[in-house]
Amino acid sequence: MNKDILLCGVGGQGTVLASKLIAAAAMREGHTVHSAETIGMAQRGGSVTSHIRIGDDIGSPLIPFGSAEMILAFEPAEAVRNLHYLKPDGILIVNRTPVKPTTESLHETGYDGVKEITYLKTKCNCVVIDGEALCAPFGSARYLNMIELGAVSATGMLGISEETLLAELEAQVKPQFVETNKKAFLAGREAGRKNETE
Amino acid sequence: MKKEYVMGNGAIALGALAAGVNLVAGYPGTPSSEIIENIAKYKNGNVHIEWSVNEKAAMEVAASAAYCGARTLVTMKQMGLNVAADALMSLAYVGVKGGMVVVSADDPGPISSQTEQDTRMFAEFARIPVFDPSSPEEAYQMIQDAFDYSEKYETPVLFRPTTRVCHAYASIETPEDTHPKAYEGFVKDSKKWVIFPRLSFQNHAKMEQRNPKIGKDFSSYRYNQVTGSGKKCVIASGVSYAYAKEYLKDHAEVRFVKLATAYPFPEEFVLHALEGVEEVLCFEELSPYIESALLKCIGANGLPVKVSGKLTGHVPVSGENSSESAASIIGAFLGETPVSAGIDVSDRPELPIRPPVLCAGCPHRASFYAVKRAMAGKKSYFCGDIGCYTLGNAMPLDMVDTCLCMGAGITMAQGLHWMDQDATCFAFVGDSTFFASGMTGVVNALYNDANMVLCVLDNSTTAMTGHQPHPGTGRNMMGNVVDKVSIEKILEGMGVTKILTVNPLDLNVAVAAVQKCAELSGVKAIIFKSPCVAITKPAGKVTISDKCIGCKKCIREIGCPALIIRDGKVTVDETLCTGCGLCAQICPVNAIGGADHE
Repeated sequence: MNKDILLCGVGGQGTVLASKLIAAAAMREGHTVHSAETIGMAQRGGSVTSHIRIGDDIGSPLIPFGSAEMILAFEPAEAVRNLHYLKPDGILIVNRTPVKPTTESLHETGYDGVKEITYLKTKCNCVVIDGEALCAPFGSARYLNMIELGAVSATGMLGISEETLLAELEAQVKPQFVETNKKAFLAGREAGRKNETE
Repeated sequence: MKKEYVMGNGAIALGALAAGVNLVAGYPGTPSSEIIENIAKYKNGNVHIEWSVNEKAAMEVAASAAYCGARTLVTMKQMGLNVAADALMSLAYVGVKGGMVVVSADDPGPISSQTEQDTRMFAEFARIPVFDPSSPEEAYQMIQDAFDYSEKYETPVLFRPTTRVCHAYASIETPEDTHPKAYEGFVKDSKKWVIFPRLSFQNHAKMEQRNPKIGKDFSSYRYNQVTGSGKKCVIASGVSYAYAKEYLKDHAEVRFVKLATAYPFPEEFVLHALEGVEEVLCFEELSPYIESALLKCIGANGLPVKVSGKLTGHVPVSGENSSESAASIIGAFLGETPVSAGIDVSDRPELPIRPPVLCAGCPHRASFYAVKRAMAGKKSYFCGDIGCYTLGNAMPLDMVDTCLCMGAGITMAQGLHWMDQDATCFAFVGDSTFFASGMTGVVNALYNDANMVLCVLDNSTTAMTGHQPHPGTGRNMMGNVVDKVSIEKILEGMGVTKILTVNPLDLNVAVAAVQKCAELSGVKAIIFKSPCVAITKPAGKVTISDKCIGCKKCIREIGCPALIIRDGKVTVDETLCTGCGLCAQICPVNAIGGADHE
């Protein structure tokens, strides 16, 4: 299997854990994996990406433009910002809930993510999920990463079984949070399925 | 053997442990910080690990340990090598007995650095070998080679990964157990270990005779590789080789050279690789190091080869390379037009920019705000420094007028004072930076009778680089609890007469402390003490009551990311708020409550 997967979002949204789980699950299924993370200053509220490259014949640690089979976008503007990584026939999973930059509170530009979602729908094959609504039952936006992971699993295009992803979730999440994270994963999976049939 | 999925810095750590490293010392700096953390995680047996107070200290600790025949590793980012340069330049003349590898991680871009300096240039300047890995897997193997070469030639060697190698993850196969090397111990020999002009003269000559031999040795080094054949040749090093490989994997008609040892230049290897070649493109980041060395080599050997790269304007002189730049630059060199495979995004809507900001609840925000409020309307200069608190420059705080290098804020406040004695000059320094390079600056101010206010932003950690412990935290990398070194007592011992320690989140007290210090002459210090929010449990969350008149003063004054406008109203982002209560102390109508500081 050769597959490039990009995760993007805003520092603090939990992209790193989601990326770790996908990479570890792919390895558990016997694949060679390389990945790369944004580390340092940008983690403080800046745009962040995780690049996952599955397969043996890898040159660059970063995914070349136009070669990602899938993008998991945790935020609409970040999805647009990284869209050039997607293959024309690739799939984008995107959370419609915007994260407004702090500068937005000082100088309003009216950014609400709506225009971005409309744009994405004209450009590629996308699954839109409502992160805010899906996180609500869990009482925290911190479960967005597991919801995204569930949604991407539902597309069936990840090439990694749901069992393996859940096994990695159990292995990597602190025991007291495993159950809630699993529930979030399943909620994301439902959302991903519904969206596809709509 | 076991497999570990680790970042490049983890691979470097595992490689050093596999090589039997005995002592590891360094100072945190992106992109190098995780090497020492991974050594601590994977070590087995008696390996001494320390976060030294700065890079120079680390270099010296490791140097004398290597005199004992022990294998030692020093880690830092590229600018840390400037701090450690004094030690390294002399050490190059003295040499070592045990293998000593100095990791200096370069940062093309730059992504988290002040400079785009190139450690390969430093290697030539110091006359010592340098290794340049192109991937985490290679870094794991290459650092073991680096120890062997260091021992073989009795010289410290440089090892320079770049950010994309340090932060890339890969699976590394490594022994289940590693064992520190047995070493002889220090053998006194003042003719060897005591540097004097006469010794330097002799050893300088020896180094210059030795280096061509290392270059010859490097000509058969396993990671200097050639693939393909033809009249056109691409030479790359480091991660640029990986980018170039993306484009050249189906181009057997192009000679493709990986140069893993830039200095001493492996001339025999390069001459062999260039047989029959008419044109060479050097694809590298930072300085045109290989390009310059190649031009020298071609000139000296009278070869009819055309060289292009940074010096000819074919490769950008600054910033990092990428798969895309490799495709367009190498494509143009080969007379090809690379096809763009991606989605056309030229019509995309304008996107919000996301400059990094101080975290919600960050005590630095409160410290800056207290100084800002105390000095409102008064002529003041604010000298910043290196750390999270450089972000105090962002609007609406706008509290960093200068930032240069580690510790510079303290001394730069003095320069501004001497040129403008009407102004009150402030220096902001973090706790780790204070220990690393702030103390001499304070003594300088006292001795030269400057007027300044030193603001130590003490959050009890090295936050920016990932929360490493330091002398003020009472914990070291050997896992021991040690006496905390007190910043207050240091300042007192130096002779700073006015030292106030305040909680910056107690706004009125903090403002009063600043006002008091600003009125006094001489060197005054305020220690703003409050722990980093990333390593402490939140105090709670603030709530905004219906008393809110929507004036947005809280947002305009402090720019906390947890204060957002939703449907025209100021609201609290509960996932971000830590309940620090600074906003509650700013609200003119007491509409914000629920925090500690109501």
